[in-house]
Amino acid sequence: MATTETNDPLLQEITGPTPAQMLRKRVFGHQGLLIGAGVLGVLLFVAIFAPLLAPHDPYAQSLMSRMEPPVFLGGSWEHPLGTDHLGRDYLSRLIYGARVSLMIGAIAALISGVIGTAMGVAAGYFGGRVDMVVTFLINVRLAMPVVLVALAVVAILGGSLQVVIVVLGLLLWDRFAVVMRASTLQVRGREYVAAARAIGASTPRVILSEIMPNIANNLIVVVTLEMAHAILLEAALSFLGLGVQPPTPSWGLMVSEGKNMMLFEPWMVLIPGAVLFLLVLAINLMGDGLRDVTAPENRS
Amino acid sequence: MLIFIAKRLGLAIVVAFTVSFISFTLLFLAGDPAAALAGETASGEDIEAIRKLYGFDRPMLVQYLDWLLSAVQGDFGESYYFRLPVSSLIVERLSVTMTLGVCGITFALLTAVPLGVAAAIRPNSLIDRMALFLSVAGQAMPSFWFGLILIVIFAIQLGWLPPSGASSPMHFIMPTIVLGYYAMPAIMRLTRAGMLEVLSSEYIRTARAKGASEGRVLFRHALRNAIIPVVSLAAVQMGFMLGGSIVVESIFALHGAGYLAWESIARNDLPTVQALILVFSMFYIVFTFLADVLNAWLDPRMRSS
Repeated sequence: MATTETNDPLLQEITGPTPAQMLRKRVFGHQGLLIGAGVLGVLLFVAIFAPLLAPHDPYAQSLMSRMEPPVFLGGSWEHPLGTDHLGRDYLSRLIYGARVSLMIGAIAALISGVIGTAMGVAAGYFGGRVDMVVTFLINVRLAMPVVLVALAVVAILGGSLQVVIVVLGLLLWDRFAVVMRASTLQVRGREYVAAARAIGASTPRVILSEIMPNIANNLIVVVTLEMAHAILLEAALSFLGLGVQPPTPSWGLMVSEGKNMMLFEPWMVLIPGAVLFLLVLAINLMGDGLRDVTAPENRS
Repeated sequence: MLIFIAKRLGLAIVVAFTVSFISFTLLFLAGDPAAALAGETASGEDIEAIRKLYGFDRPMLVQYLDWLLSAVQGDFGESYYFRLPVSSLIVERLSVTMTLGVCGITFALLTAVPLGVAAAIRPNSLIDRMALFLSVAGQAMPSFWFGLILIVIFAIQLGWLPPSGASSPMHFIMPTIVLGYYAMPAIMRLTRAGMLEVLSSEYIRTARAKGASEGRVLFRHALRNAIIPVVSLAAVQMGFMLGGSIVVESIFALHGAGYLAWESIARNDLPTVQALILVFSMFYIVFTFLADVLNAWLDPRMRSS
């Protein structure tokens, strides 16, 4: 085995820790990254196993048990987080809501990631006219008010999960393009890229196997940030009543429905909002952590 | 400098036209405005009549140029819902949004810059960590939820502030905080990074060696240079904030342009929505243009790029 060599204490003293060991040390030494990844992991687990974890059907209404308070406000364990204005179990809706948020975040980030990365890498690698066009498109995109445009388009096409995902995916590529363009510009002039070209590698090959692996760390960071962005935007759209439509259990929608009861039952607003905050915070912490861990300047 | 301004201005104008074209076609392609206007009970003939009346039967490019030509002259047509000229509707509502935007960015600068400076003076201290935590938490906080929490605490529980409306300065306090905190993290991080960089530079050491007081070093020498990128960031954030005010205005029932946008979208009032998208884009374009010019004026190194 190749690893036995590095486990030799004497040899290790001479050569220092291996890259894998250094990475492990950086990852496990970073509190924010660990906390973020932990919380995200739990929420991901909840989303995937929602049907097994939810105590009730999130859509089942019960007029007999409307607006029951959570257990810590004098409610019963039958509905640990109470019920909403239609008697639907709040905890179950919250659990299924994790699916909606994570799905929107992941797919929207995937769509915008593909668009933005393609544009950014093309601009950075080819430069010249391509760069001019991409930079111009980024400027145009940034000038368009995201919330307003997303609201208007979703309203016209009709609010559904698919429409919201696609609209957000088509709107949020700007940061991918900006960061990938800058990263590609940095990497483009390196010797290994010139070497690959010198041995006759085709352009797609240079981009895929020389450029991409070396800008992947920045890409991952932007993916996390844009996931968080998409999740927050979906919640805002649904809150305004022009995103995901009822009875889908979206956290933004739950806050919006709870708003009418806010005067007497503030928990109906506080709980879904707090979970949303927690999810976005976890994703952002993980993104920040990944940036710290993978940044070359921290590799001392 | 003049060449720089001319170049930037040219770019801004081209971007503006592109945005106007996109905002027009986006809504045009998405649905049949005549059917939306006629209502659900209208017959096919009614819809045809409306299509003729409003000119929806013409080619799209003709309609766009027609719309653009009027828009440049300040005429955005008539609102389907309010039956009033869109331009006067927007102008009337814009004062609330502008007031909110100015208050918001002022709040953000007044809190974020001192925090950023304090964090930079003592890196890794308690205040630095607190500032970092605030910026991370601030970015993750859904603004509509933050607004509702403020209403629950300060309007319902304590009864200190009015929950909604725009009739007095008191009404603007909570919306200002909700809108402003959104811009805080970026401004604070940039101030901190700028101060850290400047404080380690040679001329700061020279200033200290001359025996300048610490306050003089920090504010006369360091902050004046570190603040340059913050100024342009603030202008860009202001452009973003005006677009983001739609959420804040709807929470606090502030009847500004953002609220108008929300109403018009819900009511399928296309001329108003198109005009508002264009107006908010223009604000962003103008603010980023001003930011670039300001930057070039304050920092000659920027002019070449």
